[in-house]
Amino acid sequence: MTDVINTMPGMPRAAPLESETPKPAVDAITGEKHRSEFDVEINGTVGKPLVDNAKMSSRNCDVFYGDKQAIFGVDLDIGNNEIIAMIGPSGCGKSTFLRVLNRMNDTISICRVTGEHTLDGEDIYGKKTDPVLLRARVGMVFQKPNPFPKSIYDNVAYGARLHGLASNRSELDDLVEASLIKAGLFKEVKDDLQKPGTGLSGGQQQRLCIARAIAVDPEVILMDEPTSALDPIATATIEELMDELKSNYTIAIVTHSMQQAARVSQRTAYFHMGKLVEVNDTDKVFTNPEHQLTENYITGRFG
Amino acid sequence: MEIGQHISQRYNEELEDIRNQVLKMGGLVESQAEQAVKALLESDFELAKAVANGDEAVNQMEVDIDEECTRVIARRQPTASDLRLVVAVVKVITDLERIGDEAEKIARYSKKLAKKQNITRMHSELSHMSQLVLTMLHDSLDAFARLDADGAVRILGKDQQVNVELDNLSRLLITFMMEDPRHIKSALRVSWCARSLERIADHAQNICEYVIYLVKGKDVRHTSLEHIRSKYFPYDIEDGEE
Repeated sequence: MTDVINTMPGMPRAAPLESETPKPAVDAITGEKHRSEFDVEINGTVGKPLVDNAKMSSRNCDVFYGDKQAIFGVDLDIGNNEIIAMIGPSGCGKSTFLRVLNRMNDTISICRVTGEHTLDGEDIYGKKTDPVLLRARVGMVFQKPNPFPKSIYDNVAYGARLHGLASNRSELDDLVEASLIKAGLFKEVKDDLQKPGTGLSGGQQQRLCIARAIAVDPEVILMDEPTSALDPIATATIEELMDELKSNYTIAIVTHSMQQAARVSQRTAYFHMGKLVEVNDTDKVFTNPEHQLTENYITGRFG
Repeated sequence: MEIGQHISQRYNEELEDIRNQVLKMGGLVESQAEQAVKALLESDFELAKAVANGDEAVNQMEVDIDEECTRVIARRQPTASDLRLVVAVVKVITDLERIGDEAEKIARYSKKLAKKQNITRMHSELSHMSQLVLTMLHDSLDAFARLDADGAVRILGKDQQVNVELDNLSRLLITFMMEDPRHIKSALRVSWCARSLERIADHAQNICEYVIYLVKGKDVRHTSLEHIRSKYFPYDIEDGEE
């Protein structure tokens, strides 16, 4: 991971490429200081990183891998029942930030997270917080589908058994079925529940992982590039699923596909070199972004 | 605003190509409008005929540019300023095509008017109004070419002057018609030319609104000029020569 951060491909040159005629010092619309085209200075986050109905909040978040700082002072709210997309070039810290939200970084010994992080106002890094219970409330879906080497049924039932969510077999059956239905997979696998999960196609495996995440009745689902290993049809199915899930869950998705961010999310956060550059409504980000770096990235002008 | 500097050189070229085609179409439309006005004022039948036949080229350009824009949307999924460029272009060329239509109409009336030599007095009254309109058109295309939102906002509101001219002209034409009913037919044709000029001014204004959208990302259609100026252009924009 440190290597990724050290190399950080795709950085623009700090110096402007060409001299331009001086502009008015202050932008007429935003009232902000004008930035030259390739100015990479980032002073705080532009847009609206904070919301009124925050499900999760992070304040002043710093993350270090050893003595290498990966995230610098990020303030961000994730609103209730919204899908927030996090975009940015490789190594910008978006996945690292996602993993802060369910303490996935705890598993990396050299990783240190500071700042305040809350779920429904409760400190998730507090001494009383059990990371296992936290991860039941804040579920995660990864880039590569990673079903357990067990049956489809057991994959979904695993978390429910662990957390004692079902008191008898028929309750567990109902829960497995409901989760598979929500994940849009039930019709395809209902006769094969005892077959291994690893025998499914990539798209089906990913939906199985989503069903597994949903089965423990989380409040937030974190998705780290959930469709980057899938074909366009499977991708569309997952995106449709996300849209249905958002009425009951809060979703944060990290994606390398800008079109995907534009399609599925209500808010978009742009990360750059460990800093949160801009957060705005997705419609605004993709039609009229506030920050030049956001504009450069989403229009493919990253040098 | 920059059009170039995409990682994809091909994308740069496609956007640049679209923009160049619009500038070319703008030049053609502007020339059509100028020639139509010239044919009208100088009662030049042959010129009027040439202008009336020239509209086909404008129409073809509209179709071609539309197609190119659709292709870029499908293949590149433009975002932010690129998206605004493509959307603005699609709208600008619609207005350009309509201006071409109005120029064609003026040319057709001019053909008829040129056959009657006794009404020169009447359409000389169009001279001032047509200059006003042609300048507006020229400046709006200039603002698009330079992506100059300040220039665009300066042109907004000038159609008020055109409307005043149109009112004055209508009053004058009514006088002509009352003086001698045999002039009614020609006077109506001159009136329709004036109406076409007024429409050209409206389309030029629309183009300016798209330039502001393109540069500033703000939709200023159906908004009062005072509001536009105070909200989006709070600094002084020195007015051009009046």
